[in-house]
Amino acid sequence: MKQKSSSIKAGHTAAMAVIYVILILITALMLIPFLWMLSASLKMNKDVFTFPIQWIPDSPRWRNYVDIWTKIPLLTFVKNSAKLTVIVTLLQLFTSSFAAYAFAKMEFRGKKVLFLGYIATIAVPWQAYMVPQFMMMRSWNLNNTHLAIICLQAFSAFGVFLMKQFYEGVPSELCAAARIDGLSEYGIWMRIMLPLSKPALSTLTIFTFVATWNDFLGPLIYLTRNELKTIQIGLRMFISQYSAEYGLIMAASVIALIPVLVVFLALQKYFVQGVASTGLKG
Amino acid sequence: MTANTAQAPAKRKRSGKDLRNNLTAYSFIAPNFIGFCVFTLVPMIFAIALAFCNWDGVHPIEFTGVQNFVDLLGDATFKTAFVNTIIYSLGTVPLTLVCSLGLAMLLNQKIRCRNFFRTVAFFPYVASLVAVAAVWNMIFSPSMGPVNMILSALGVENLPRWAAGKDTAMITVILFSVWKNMGYYMVIYLAGLQGINPDLEEAASLDGASRWEIFWHVVLPQLRPTTFFVTITLTIASFKVYDQMYMITQGGPGNATITLVYDIYNVAFVNTPKYGYASAISMVLFVLVLLITVLQFRGSSSEE
Repeated sequence: MKQKSSSIKAGHTAAMAVIYVILILITALMLIPFLWMLSASLKMNKDVFTFPIQWIPDSPRWRNYVDIWTKIPLLTFVKNSAKLTVIVTLLQLFTSSFAAYAFAKMEFRGKKVLFLGYIATIAVPWQAYMVPQFMMMRSWNLNNTHLAIICLQAFSAFGVFLMKQFYEGVPSELCAAARIDGLSEYGIWMRIMLPLSKPALSTLTIFTFVATWNDFLGPLIYLTRNELKTIQIGLRMFISQYSAEYGLIMAASVIALIPVLVVFLALQKYFVQGVASTGLKG
Repeated sequence: MTANTAQAPAKRKRSGKDLRNNLTAYSFIAPNFIGFCVFTLVPMIFAIALAFCNWDGVHPIEFTGVQNFVDLLGDATFKTAFVNTIIYSLGTVPLTLVCSLGLAMLLNQKIRCRNFFRTVAFFPYVASLVAVAAVWNMIFSPSMGPVNMILSALGVENLPRWAAGKDTAMITVILFSVWKNMGYYMVIYLAGLQGINPDLEEAASLDGASRWEIFWHVVLPQLRPTTFFVTITLTIASFKVYDQMYMITQGGPGNATITLVYDIYNVAFVNTPKYGYASAISMVLFVLVLLITVLQFRGSSSEE
């Protein structure tokens, strides 16, 4: 894509060497906290802070990964988080791509106004209206329910915007041809748009999955009963209760990271392409 | 610009087909829009009204006019939170911008293991904040953490107290934020770099421009829309900061790292709830975000 041709080979090789050195340093900086976490999760509390750092413990303490499940109701937390994340992600994908199709490929009255309504709210931080939102939910007796978290995460303006940007890049002729062939609008969305929008759907999945799984403030405000809490709240609770249980804290942290890692690795090949094609770059 | 297209359907005859078309379109939008209205739009409007009232959630709502805002002026915690939010923003936005752009330039080269490097750089962004903050706290622990151990082995005397020090707490949180978020903005820059014209670089390099000159005069101007987007997103995100403080410094020491959203949370959900007052702080946050967005829009369009 870039780079001069072979004219200054030697200088080029030197430059590449520098680039690799910088990259390896940055990678180390990014990875070391995670490696340290993994290493500490297999240690006794008294060994976590030994210096110089022992990256691979002599006798890995796998027990940490067993004990953590009984020390706190971790299974409940994981189940709650998994349930919320899956429901919110599916709802978000469905409602966003569905609405985005109409905004991108159909003509109807009030289109501009409605879309402007979405855009205007994207910049408003959730924190600016979380208090009245909470009051509203509480008056409907939705505090301390998972439904509240689902409601406040599943209908984002951001998702509609992201999907619409992508759909606009799909040639309208495709839809026109499908209409002539007798497909209904719903059919076009389902059979043509959805299969074409893998990069955008993957991008939105990563964002929604990550946002819901990692959400802290939402569950912190809404979920005060232990059996409803999510993994993030549970983990935080454990950290403040047993602040000296370093090994266990790190083991629980590793567990909290795994689902996001799996989803991200599974979808990452679409990710840069998705961000590029959805106009997220501005 | 809205007029042309908005009037077109209005002028059209309202035949049955047209009506059906509209209804079909609405049916596409409805599932998201209804949820969006009920759970976002309504609370937003409610927030504005509530800022002018007193409410503890038990007694009836009481209209107090601008009293909440008058009270804000004399509220020392609010002032600290306001100033801290600005400091945090001034620290994170430029630093994250430069780091993410640099990283994107590096990772846009044709290099081996490019995807591996990209994934690693992005991973902190998707990693659970609670989990990485826990590691960060241990690594930067003033008394036992490996960072201070290394510093002391290197002969540094006055070891920094990081999150526990009044002067270093904010810097610690800023460094953490840059580390955690730069991967995301790197991806946006990578996407932006896909859209720039390689011929221009080629031409500049044939003309004998150095790498630095090419970057500064050819690549960067083409990235302006991306930079604009990244700056706005970063600034807005920096004004919303809360959970990083909550997990690394608990707003302390003292109030050294309390932010606007932290203040909102404390006022609304800790001790006796003062929902009206919390909403007034929210309005300040909202106006701040709006102001920045408008200013940056102005700035970027006058540069064109």
